[in-house]
Amino acid sequence: MNAPSLFGTVGVILQLLIVVALSPVLTGLMRQIRALLEGRAGSGIAQPWRDLRKLMRKQRTSPRGTTEVFRVAPLLLVATCLVVTAVAPFVTTASALDPVADLFAVVALLTLGTVALALAGLDTGTAFGGMGASRETTIIALVEPTMLVAIFALSVPVGSTNLAAIVTSGLDDPAQVFSPVSLLAAVALIVVIIAETGRLPVDNPSTHLELTMVHEAMVLEYSGPDLAMVELASSMRLTVFLGLLANLFVPWGIATSASPLLIAVGVLAFVVKVAFLGGCLAVGEVFLAKLRLFRVPELLAGSFVLGLLAVAASFFLA
Amino acid sequence: MNTVQAGLLAAVVVGTLSALGGLLLPRPARSTVVGVGIAVSGVGALVAGVAAMAGQVASFAAPDVLPLSGVVFAVDPLGGAFLAVTGGVAVATGIYGIGYCRRDRHGHGLDGRLVQTMLPLFVATMMLVPVAAGVGTFLLCWELMALTSLLLVVAEHRRRPAVASAGRWYAVMTHLGLVVILIGLLVFSAHATDGSFAALRIAGQHLSPAVADLVFLATLIGFSSKAGIVPLHAWLPRAHPEAPSNVSALMSAAMVNLGVYGIVRVGFDLLGGGVAWWWLLVLTLGAVSAVYGILQAAIGTDLKRLLGHSTTENMGLVLVGVGAAGLFASSGDLTLAGLAMAAALLHIVNHAAFKTLLFQSAGSVVHATGRRDLDDLGGLHTGMPRTTTAFGIGALSASALPPGAAFVSEWLLLQALIHGLPAGVSATIVMPLAVAAVALTAGLAVATFVKAFGVGFLARSRSPEAAGAHESPPSMLAGMGLAAAACIGLALLPTLVLPTIGAVAGGVVGSGDPVTVTATSIRLTDFAGSLSPLLLTVALVVGLVATLAAARALATRRAAREARLWDCGAGPLSARMEYTATSFAEPLQRVFDDVVQAEQDVDVTHHQESRYLVEAIEYHRRVPDRIERRLYEPVLAVMAAWGRAGRRLAPGSVHRYLGYGFYSLCALLILLVVTR
Repeated sequence: MNAPSLFGTVGVILQLLIVVALSPVLTGLMRQIRALLEGRAGSGIAQPWRDLRKLMRKQRTSPRGTTEVFRVAPLLLVATCLVVTAVAPFVTTASALDPVADLFAVVALLTLGTVALALAGLDTGTAFGGMGASRETTIIALVEPTMLVAIFALSVPVGSTNLAAIVTSGLDDPAQVFSPVSLLAAVALIVVIIAETGRLPVDNPSTHLELTMVHEAMVLEYSGPDLAMVELASSMRLTVFLGLLANLFVPWGIATSASPLLIAVGVLAFVVKVAFLGGCLAVGEVFLAKLRLFRVPELLAGSFVLGLLAVAASFFLA
Repeated sequence: MNTVQAGLLAAVVVGTLSALGGLLLPRPARSTVVGVGIAVSGVGALVAGVAAMAGQVASFAAPDVLPLSGVVFAVDPLGGAFLAVTGGVAVATGIYGIGYCRRDRHGHGLDGRLVQTMLPLFVATMMLVPVAAGVGTFLLCWELMALTSLLLVVAEHRRRPAVASAGRWYAVMTHLGLVVILIGLLVFSAHATDGSFAALRIAGQHLSPAVADLVFLATLIGFSSKAGIVPLHAWLPRAHPEAPSNVSALMSAAMVNLGVYGIVRVGFDLLGGGVAWWWLLVLTLGAVSAVYGILQAAIGTDLKRLLGHSTTENMGLVLVGVGAAGLFASSGDLTLAGLAMAAALLHIVNHAAFKTLLFQSAGSVVHATGRRDLDDLGGLHTGMPRTTTAFGIGALSASALPPGAAFVSEWLLLQALIHGLPAGVSATIVMPLAVAAVALTAGLAVATFVKAFGVGFLARSRSPEAAGAHESPPSMLAGMGLAAAACIGLALLPTLVLPTIGAVAGGVVGSGDPVTVTATSIRLTDFAGSLSPLLLTVALVVGLVATLAAARALATRRAAREARLWDCGAGPLSARMEYTATSFAEPLQRVFDDVVQAEQDVDVTHHQESRYLVEAIEYHRRVPDRIERRLYEPVLAVMAAWGRAGRRLAPGSVHRYLGYGFYSLCALLILLVVTR
């Protein structure tokens, strides 16, 4: 393994700063877009940060009968997002931790965070916690095949599952980005990302109705600083997934060498791309209703077929 | 005498001596001596196996002891790998068994003569199977292994009636398996000069395709029934839960591997690789077993049965690797074949480590509570904190998440599968489906182990037995500690074992080393791809510490307040309001209803005065094994009908029975006269 270069280290620090600072803003932006489209004034794009500040000042609570699992889960959730942010090519293609920047590893890390939260939900021993955990693990189990098949499709033209390698090859060969393989895989991945980040139509992030809760049911017992961690982590997950989607399919703008101008362009491109994707998601959510939980597998099966078609296409077009 | 010979000799001698000790020693000393003996014999096998994997060879022959080719043993790297795995499992299980077998205060115990004699013999025969180098020797060891394990499975038959039924299933299926293997190997050795594997290896190159197909299919059926592969898995979820837990650990972590060993030995070594469709079949069987096994585990609620189903799943994943290796080797991609085989072998090692740990912790739970049903457990973290930690480590290792052991081997397997796409048109269909099957398996494994750990060990206890659980004796904890250390070591530093495993895999398929390692990371040879489990874990720990520090610095410093759980304002929650394992798995059961076809029954008792008021609701769910119902029940029904028809021939008259004897003798004589 090569020693991490200065360029890579700068990139990692920049990515961490941007994602941590701007992911609550992304959530705020999406809520604001929804509010405007629904004819409400909205609370401004900085509201999630204000919420986080308020939660951090509250007293911690520890629900009776919970174990260390309950206390560590939010930290682990944030930590997995941080690691993925550090290794993924968001602003630069030079990762300081190249052997970790494997798509399978990144996906597994993000799943680890969800698993920690599901265990925390079960740990509370309430009906809500168990319900949320059960639904969330069902969705994870079904998302995994689509996710991995889509990764497979993306890795075929490159011959590697390394994130930086996939992004670089997209930069070198723009035709590859517009191929049917890429489009099919992109659609499959979008569905999967919606399911993984708990957005409509799979889960409604703003619901508190027990019949429909998935993510919110798992985290019902968290409050104060712990809830702040969970909220921050779910914003970061969304940003990370949208960032991966953006750079895997539209890699342009990412910095490939260590010039300050290129890095500035990389930062700007990343922010614009993620904000655009988030905006599209928010607009789409205005027009969608939540699916019944037992219709979600059909949606995921559809995206799985697209993933399979992508792999088949990548073979026949190669 | 080299290391291999010394280690193996020590293992067998110590094993035999412990068996004698189990037979002759008085009860108080028995379980300790036998446990230590098994552990020492395991160390011997581990040393011999590792030395053999590193390239040292040894052989031993006594030509006149058995027919065909006498008793022949030879240790090669492939056999060494399985010998080492068995040895490692034996060390942890032996130490665990010291406390597990001792009598508890109710007078229940496994320190009887029979169990304590069979235990070391079972371990010793498992060590001899992968080093047997002749048909006769192999079959003898195989059968001894089956018999000793059968006696151990039925050890607790006086306590639970289900044990006897499990024993019958196991006895019948393992012996049918033996018969099929026997047919395959005898047909094979009929074409060779004698029954030694060296002779078979030469004969294997000149077999006609029809004979080779017959040999491969027969041995595949027999070996896959031992490995618990669908559709011959029916014995496994019965025998593994009903056996004592140290025996379950030995069977699940070491014995089933030998089924895979048989397939690899016959397919790659003796028959020299074979044709693509064999391996396509193996891959398909593996993928189906993986998905079916883990699906049954995901909706099951019996802790040990669930682990048994997970064994089917993991052996399925191993066979996906073996099948892919065969497929790539038959199309000439040797490096890729080596990679797939290395993934399969590494997964066997990882599975042995985490399944030993999981069965041991499950055994501790049964030991402490007497319950196996997850719906009756829960809240074990208060009474059994160490066992809870052990099961947590095992669950993480089993669910293919970083930083777990299975993540590394499944990553290698996925890399082999995705790089196999250019291998041909059939690969275009097979590889994506195999990747999807592995992925679905990984996803369902996550659900299974979240359920097993979250429902069984966390939350609040659902029965008085679970609430009164006590921690296990130190020897059991020591056994679990060893297995847990192996899991953690394999998860963080697979770089230590992977070069050796890669060399063994390369030797099997005839390629160079498929993976190269640096101090911290694994790199694929010939393909772009690298993974560093250690770096990943370090990054995760750094992230965790940074988050903790930031949270400490930014959050309020007031001490935490203990709070009531949210109960919708309806008074304190009782344990009955918790989610159970059944309710946890209900969404999955519904999603996969076409495959699982659970039988559900809801009985509502209405209030006497108004039918709008409900007095009680009773819910029953049974998940019959669908393959069993379709495949086994018709056969069993035919057998039963045959038996009933046969009963008419035996009305109890002695004259008639003498007549049968007379007429069959005459018929035989006539037949001889006509044919000679």
